[in-house]
Amino acid sequence: MSKYLVNKFLFTVDRDPELVERYRADPGGTVDWWEAERANVILNLPTGERSTWLTFTEEERQALATHDYPKLFKLGAHNFLTLTLFIAMFERDYDEPLGFQLEYARRLSHFALPYPDIST
Amino acid sequence: MATVAAVIASTHHPFYYRASTSTSAGRPPFADEWVAKIDAFRETLTRARPDVLVMVGSDHFHQLWLDNMPQFLVGKAPFYDANYYNEEREFGLPRMFLRGIDLAFSNELRIDHSVTCPLITLRPEADLPIVPIYTNIFAPPLPQPRRFVELGKIIRQLVEAWPSELRVAIIGTGHLSLELGGPRQFGSHGPDPEFDRKAVEWIASGDLKSALAEVSLDSLWLPGNATHGFMDFMLMMGVAGENVAADYVDSLDLFHTMEAYFTWYPEASR
Repeated sequence: MSKYLVNKFLFTVDRDPELVERYRADPGGTVDWWEAERANVILNLPTGERSTWLTFTEEERQALATHDYPKLFKLGAHNFLTLTLFIAMFERDYDEPLGFQLEYARRLSHFALPYPDIST
Repeated sequence: MATVAAVIASTHHPFYYRASTSTSAGRPPFADEWVAKIDAFRETLTRARPDVLVMVGSDHFHQLWLDNMPQFLVGKAPFYDANYYNEEREFGLPRMFLRGIDLAFSNELRIDHSVTCPLITLRPEADLPIVPIYTNIFAPPLPQPRRFVELGKIIRQLVEAWPSELRVAIIGTGHLSLELGGPRQFGSHGPDPEFDRKAVEWIASGDLKSALAEVSLDSLWLPGNATHGFMDFMLMMGVAGENVAADYVDSLDLFHTMEAYFTWYPEASR
């Protein structure tokens, strides 16, 4: 279980307009590239000073590679990071205001309290 | 010593800027009522004639990250750039440039919508220096509710002990019941109107005893998975003082969340 790394993926993609588009168009390729090249970059440090041990679980990799946001919710990814990035990628595909946000709520409607733990 | 000219607590709805500035076709039906309420709320700060704004908010995963997360953080830079690419993208918020208080240190902090939203509503000229204080209401493990109240009391004491003739308004924003990225998000009201009703009553009457008795880190998940932002309201109750009723109270029931606005004038009760 590497919730921190899933959050780090969502966070670093969300803040980069080019990566947002790349992840929308090619989720599997983007996740593979990111895990190989970016997962172990410590955000405040020079790129040479990397971590060596961070990897996704197979379940996390699959969920990210298939844009499966209900699964990310189940795995305890941070709700705000997931929502913000997925709005950026998919709100444009809906005609009605809040269309995607309401669809998002509907697809999570089987979750009852307490929700999965988002602590890292 | 400095004067606490006003204590102000409110929600920070990132859609206000877009709703209030949109014209004819795209303008939501509730925009005029919302703008009228904000105009009245803004007057409560203007009449306090502040020189400096202490602004309590929270970084929404913009500059503060999970590898090094402060529970509470005070900004002391001479200037602040404000708002981020993804806030421009999602909420249409403008990039802003704010002046800080001129301290000997120059750190570097970029401000997000938890501070810029109350500036847009309360002081759109953005002409006063600010002292931002960030709290972690966002990335668990979170500080306990009582620590927010204690910090509020300390902020009040620090301002009142500041050897200055300036008038300081202490402003903080948080949330009532709110769900983000969960099944109860973006409903026709906030996810828990009963919690909102109680919370408004606690804040308006300064009822810290009831708020602290009923609110815990665990209980705040129940009204909505982003309701921990209510702890910033509890911080502001600490600033205002226990059992001190607000001089101005207003609210607006919107889709998705309830807006709420409170102002205290400590000078009047001296």
